[in-house]
Amino acid sequence: MNAADLASSYDLVVIGGGPAGLAAASLAARAGVSTVLFDENPGIGGQIYRGITTTPVKDRAILGEDYWAGETLANEAKASGALIVNGATVWSLDPQRIVGISIAGKARLIEARRVIIATGSQERPFPIPGWTLPGVMTAGAAQTVLKAQGLLPGGRTVIAGTGPLLWLLAAQILRAGGRIEALLDTTPRLNWLRAAIHLPDFMLSPYFAKGFALLREVRARVPVHKVSRVEAIGDDRLREVAFDGGRLPADLLLLHQGVVPNVNMAIAAGVGHAWNDRQLCFQPILDHDFSTTVPGIAVAGDGAGIAGGTAAAERGRIAAIAAVRALKPDASLPDPQNVRQRLQREEMGRPFLDWLNRPAESFRQPEGDTLVCRCEEVTARQVRDTADLGCEGPNQMKAFLRCGMGPCQGRLCGLTVTELIAAQRKSTPAAVGYYRLRPPVKPITLAELASLPISETERKAVER
Amino acid sequence: MSSRTADVVVIGGGLHGCSTALHLALRGLKPILVEKDYAGRHASGVNAGGVRQLARHIAEIPLSISSMAIWEQIEELVGDDCGFESHGTVLVAESEEELAGFRARVDDLRLKGFTHEELIDRAELKRLVPAVSDHCPGGVVSRRDGAADPFRTTQAFRRRAVEAGAEVIEGVAVTDIVRQGSVWRVETSDGPIEAPRVVNAAGAWADRIAARLGEPVPLEVIAPMLMVSSRVPAFIEPVVILRGRKLSFKQLANGTVVIGGGHLAQPYRDENRTVLDWTKLATSARTVWELFPVMREATIVRAWAGIEARMPDDIPVVGPSGTSEGVYHQFGFSAHGFQLGPGTGAMMAELVATGATNLPIDGLGIGRFTK
Repeated sequence: MNAADLASSYDLVVIGGGPAGLAAASLAARAGVSTVLFDENPGIGGQIYRGITTTPVKDRAILGEDYWAGETLANEAKASGALIVNGATVWSLDPQRIVGISIAGKARLIEARRVIIATGSQERPFPIPGWTLPGVMTAGAAQTVLKAQGLLPGGRTVIAGTGPLLWLLAAQILRAGGRIEALLDTTPRLNWLRAAIHLPDFMLSPYFAKGFALLREVRARVPVHKVSRVEAIGDDRLREVAFDGGRLPADLLLLHQGVVPNVNMAIAAGVGHAWNDRQLCFQPILDHDFSTTVPGIAVAGDGAGIAGGTAAAERGRIAAIAAVRALKPDASLPDPQNVRQRLQREEMGRPFLDWLNRPAESFRQPEGDTLVCRCEEVTARQVRDTADLGCEGPNQMKAFLRCGMGPCQGRLCGLTVTELIAAQRKSTPAAVGYYRLRPPVKPITLAELASLPISETERKAVER
Repeated sequence: MSSRTADVVVIGGGLHGCSTALHLALRGLKPILVEKDYAGRHASGVNAGGVRQLARHIAEIPLSISSMAIWEQIEELVGDDCGFESHGTVLVAESEEELAGFRARVDDLRLKGFTHEELIDRAELKRLVPAVSDHCPGGVVSRRDGAADPFRTTQAFRRRAVEAGAEVIEGVAVTDIVRQGSVWRVETSDGPIEAPRVVNAAGAWADRIAARLGEPVPLEVIAPMLMVSSRVPAFIEPVVILRGRKLSFKQLANGTVVIGGGHLAQPYRDENRTVLDWTKLATSARTVWELFPVMREATIVRAWAGIEARMPDDIPVVGPSGTSEGVYHQFGFSAHGFQLGPGTGAMMAELVATGATNLPIDGLGIGRFTK
């Protein structure tokens, strides 16, 4: 599929090929709506089902049955009649639903009557001293390599952080025959106090049994330390991991403290966002159909607020039902009430998990020389000092320190900068706000941009 | 509710408003500046940062030259170098025909006594801009021109104005302006302010103030687009502009390249929002592709647009109101007001404080639209 082969407009454009995008595209295409799904990766599945059609990890026990549940979604999407384009980077979406897309180095602008953003989540920044050393990576990155290439981390591996995905990755590594020297659990002890009230709901959710089985499986084979400080130490690469109560020689440190919505596309499209104090992140303002504040644009999946892969698929279906209703009122559709009920069941355990795994302030709001913005090499002290000088928000901070202006477009520093400014100015993240993100949402080369087909008016101007 | 009082109310916290407030305070007056968002939120903070005397309309050249003198000592005035660096601006001719036109303009300026624009041949162009494509036969240079960091500059003027005694109120919008006896009562979302004199430096929103004073102007709200690349090895020092095709081009000290030139986004001034037009940005990308082959594999990291005002004749409205004694206008800089900010603020403060200025600003009055 080349950019030139795309139609100039589609009824529905779905951005992202994870569970939400796959479920949305299948449902809409089956209802007879012209649907295209753009996914930036070489194969569909998103992060949770990465490599679902191609993974070399054939022993199903290693990645687990929750992973292989993605196979059904992928097969359904492929058979649905939706056009699925992999290797397609959406770099712009505007409120008029003009979609800027790049495939194999060539760019196109196409129109969409409806858009469902299903760009999922990203790992929360985990700015500890030394987190930029070679040998330190995120647990998500390690999981990507395991799913896509079947490769295990080599050398002495330490895992640190909090959240269900941390334990899942540990289990997957162990099942695949890997070794983990230690798991440093950064979950604050007092989190139990706020989580406890939600325990009854959690016990009824599908996550309950799985969660405890996972903890038992990992604890049986890996020493677990409860810690409140983690530091990566090394010269040109990681040599040791220090924590309160010890030091371990290590070749690889995998960090993870939960996931947060990937908001770049929605913010750049002009969608209103609000601070979620339980999940400590910004998320789009949505109605019960997952429609945003911009007409015709919905956000489904973890991008709408973290709820996990199964919930993501149900959210994708709800958003797709709303889109189809608007585009083709006489289409036959599944009963949305059933979908909503399933979604509710999936989301039931969330408050418990969120409160239990809420990362500690000290791991979200670093101090001193710890880097906050990796692209522009801005430290926590610089951000705090600049806030003290009167800088009121992340957008003003950009002008002083350039934080958030590098190629990652704030993905690795945005939440940290917002929280640091709020803490320093005795304000709140909601009041301080987030970066105003500018397209392109993903960097494109000048050559790609220059390859956009020439508009009629421009052609006339040249010919004249 | 009791009103606050001031000697002058300055409406708008762009570079122009901040500069005027600073110069008023330096003259010993007590200005209050009212800004609906924060200083430098719009065009003043996000423009291309060109500090350019080159290729200006004859009516604003005196202001531009007086401003340049301030730019060259900017740190002494505001305590910050504002990121100002002077490597000249080069207007590149893409054909012999275009170069002939430039020659006529430079000759005409000389006759009028202005010497800052200088015609250059192919060899000098290649010396100044080695990376330029070979098809360009020459151009014009203004050697003292340069570029600065726009948000940092606006913030520096704001900060210095406060230190000098101005009051700056941000996040407060002006809702009306009415005459009350011998003073103007400026209504805001945070209560009224009374002052005998008012400066309207409200940028893309200035027409609303003018209309309240009974002198509506044909102001167009525009949002010139810019984009910036990832870092590339240093290859160009001066700012480069084109005439025939819309382009301005400059490499910053950190290696990133800012590409602009006046292609417009769709502005929504009541929502503080702009929507970019990628077909026009692609046109800019093609122009850069042809002019600077070295840029072809560079990555575009970000594109944006700042909201500002354009007048039909592309020059600003500067000077006293035609209807309302004590009110002065300073808006409509038509996508080239950044360089003019320091000098226009100084001139405006002189005008407000003394009732006169030696700088010729006759061609810039509001009367040209209201007669």
